[in-house]
Amino acid sequence: MQQFVNTVLGGLTLGMVYAAFALALVLIWRSTRIVNFAQAPMAMVTTFIALQIIEAGHSYWLGFAAALLAGLVLGAVVERVLIRPVEGKAEINAVILTLGLFIVIHALAAVIFGNRYRSFPAAFGIRGIEVGDTTIALTGFGIFTIVAVLVVMGLLVLLFRFTDVGLRMRAAAFNQEVARLLGVRVGRMLTLGWALASLVGSLAGLLIAGGSLVHPGYMDSVVVYGFVAAVLGGLDSPGGAVVGGLLLGLSLSLVSGYVGSQLVALAALAILMVVLLLRPQGLFAQGRERRV
Amino acid sequence: MTRALSRAGAVLRSHLVLAVLGVVVIVAVLTAVGDFRAVQLTQMAYLGIAAGGLTVLTGLNGQISLGHGALMAVGAYTTALLLQDDEPMLPLLGVLVAATLVTLVVGAAIGVAAARLHGPYLAGATLALAVAVPGIALYFGDTLGGEQGLRVRVPDAPDWVLDLAFFVTGQDLTPSKYVAYLGWFTLVVAYVGLANLSRSRVGRRWRAVRDDEVAAEVAGIGLGRARVSAFVVSAAAAGAAGFVMAVSVRLAAPSGFSLTLSLTLLTAVVLGGLGTLTGALAGAALLTFLPDVITDAGVSAGLDDIRAAELAPLLYGLVMVAVILLAPSGLVGSLRTAWHRLGHTTSKGEPS
Amino acid sequence: MLEVRELSASYGAVRALREVTFTAPTGEVTAVLGANGAGKTTLLRTITGLVKAQSGGATYDGRELTRTAPELMPGLGIAHVPEGRGVITELTVEENLRLGGLGRRRGRVRAEELERVYDLFPALADRRNALAHTLSGGERQMLVLGRALMADPKVLLLDEPSLGLAPRIVAQLFELVQSLVVGHGLTVVLVEQNARSALSIAHRGVVLSLGEVVVDERADVLAGDDQLRHAYLGF
Repeated sequence: MQQFVNTVLGGLTLGMVYAAFALALVLIWRSTRIVNFAQAPMAMVTTFIALQIIEAGHSYWLGFAAALLAGLVLGAVVERVLIRPVEGKAEINAVILTLGLFIVIHALAAVIFGNRYRSFPAAFGIRGIEVGDTTIALTGFGIFTIVAVLVVMGLLVLLFRFTDVGLRMRAAAFNQEVARLLGVRVGRMLTLGWALASLVGSLAGLLIAGGSLVHPGYMDSVVVYGFVAAVLGGLDSPGGAVVGGLLLGLSLSLVSGYVGSQLVALAALAILMVVLLLRPQGLFAQGRERRV
Repeated sequence: MTRALSRAGAVLRSHLVLAVLGVVVIVAVLTAVGDFRAVQLTQMAYLGIAAGGLTVLTGLNGQISLGHGALMAVGAYTTALLLQDDEPMLPLLGVLVAATLVTLVVGAAIGVAAARLHGPYLAGATLALAVAVPGIALYFGDTLGGEQGLRVRVPDAPDWVLDLAFFVTGQDLTPSKYVAYLGWFTLVVAYVGLANLSRSRVGRRWRAVRDDEVAAEVAGIGLGRARVSAFVVSAAAAGAAGFVMAVSVRLAAPSGFSLTLSLTLLTAVVLGGLGTLTGALAGAALLTFLPDVITDAGVSAGLDDIRAAELAPLLYGLVMVAVILLAPSGLVGSLRTAWHRLGHTTSKGEPS
Repeated sequence: MLEVRELSASYGAVRALREVTFTAPTGEVTAVLGANGAGKTTLLRTITGLVKAQSGGATYDGRELTRTAPELMPGLGIAHVPEGRGVITELTVEENLRLGGLGRRRGRVRAEELERVYDLFPALADRRNALAHTLSGGERQMLVLGRALMADPKVLLLDEPSLGLAPRIVAQLFELVQSLVVGHGLTVVLVEQNARSALSIAHRGVVLSLGEVVVDERADVLAGDDQLRHAYLGF
């Protein structure tokens, strides 16, 4: 029983991170119809920036903020310089471009920061909380993880729902031509969308790294899990991405706890295939058929 | 009808002539180089075989796969399992056929699922495959050797091969060169097969599906069947490449089939220009020989070995990005276009 | 006054517009008629810069439009309501309307404008929080018109507003357009296949054929000339 509770708690915490990462992918997919596979190394490299700052003796929070800011800037630059030329072209171009970027950032990080494993600090305790005489698998940092993702999601909802710029971004994502005729500067909105997505991705990277080891490839599997979570939710729906992330976190945690941690990625692949073949529009879409 | 047949015959003949020429070049080169280069050339061969398969899939059929490293793993592990004992139950050629067939079957299963996906969805699914497969080797550690992997015992070259090699080249055949020959003959056979297939009716169907799904369907081409068949052929090539890799490295271990390998193969295909076998081979050559040069340059510029080793992938990645932004038909494709612009004409866009 | 002079444009090798010239006077409805493929939609798209003009141009009160980015049209008082109604179906009714008023600086002005649009289209007020894809064809047409009005435009470019609507709804719609012209002094360019309805509210009729202006005539004259009607308008 205790193992089950701990597995579920661990799964939910991890699920929140997958949810954040899936959200980053969805934000970009919605506006530019591109799956940004380079999101993983982009998040990795911003986490390394945080680590450099923290190891130089500055506070954790300064590093945290710098990483998020770096994510914002990186996302904007990538969209403006690399993605803009392939927007609207054959989709294979964007796929190969984001993979090329994946390789570039990966290699660049290894050249600059080295290829070895380095430990990344956590802002809060990473020991389980004691309830009576048993320790449950919810850590201080786990709670922080959940709160941080919830706060960011809340802020995004506020932005998209209640501000002019959020409305412009959504209009640009859904119908570029109509948005332009209504005075929306679509290009700027796409840049902003990539910047925000990259910031959310960086947050996921920081949360995965907390109290654990980082190296240039530590986010590689997360992009797969984020993608699976996003597809679970329909790839178009931010809310779906969050639920998909939680479901996936939970499922993978159960696989890891009861079957074997080596098969986690295989389980994710199996879930992905089942969803794509049986319900390609995602679990939560209202029946609109979509070509995958 | 007969005209068509005789044209097909001419195509086959020209491919065979090229193949014979290729064999001559291979023998000459392998005779001239030492063991170290022979090992490198074997690496070029297996990267070339897998990249050739991927080129057919991506260039001719328009499907993308980030999972070909995983398919190579299937071929390599099959090879390793069949080559555990000092007295293997199959001759090496039999092992090659078995590795190819097993991978072909696995590829068919994946291809059936992949045929219903496109673009980013297919990329994501095959990326998941690439990440997932090494875990299988870890989970079934008893059979598949876990983290350490499986050692591959390559049987000695049979006497007639040794004699033939001595007779042709005037040298004794070292084990490394034996494997290099194996790799390159596999490559020649694979490329002749792939080139003929892509010039055949099957290949025309693959291209038709790539260019315009609706038109292809109207013309009575089954989209699913065309996609699955392209994936199967491509997987078989990856399986053969896995065999050559296992025999050359003498090991099948999860670390050899990381995501990096899959991305590397895609790099070879993009560098070579999506859709030509020559391009795939050129890409494989770059991937094999460039890293040494670049790494040395990095070390002499003051980087440590590990960091310098990352300069090569950095360059590939940059070139890949640049190719998409500046020359979407790839390096060879762009050179070919430039060649055409200079007034030369050759058959365009066909694998040669 | 909207002036189009010697405007040419093409899609690839196909010349879609050949030196189109006409004038849409302020406070009038100018109907642009013609068969499918005559270049009517391209004409509007070229005026607002969605399609690149090859030569010639269009001005509104002396300001160049064709070489100005589409994003700047609302600021110049130009509202282009594209074909297919242009509702953003993933947004709610009110969000669509708000989008139309984003160019207005002051929040109070926007809120007043929103209320005016709801007064004009009570059906939209009832469904303000519904997603636009749940609206009927007629409601969508009201929504895009209302959205265009949110920016307080001087020129309305309407592309096939009657497409797919029941005749009763078309009549209501055109009546409304007419009242806007009278009430606000709007200048309207009305692209229509439904020539009979369009001419009933238009002051002038311009007929395009294969990208060229073949008739430019007062609407009542055009509607009354059996020969012209049979030759170009099919009624």
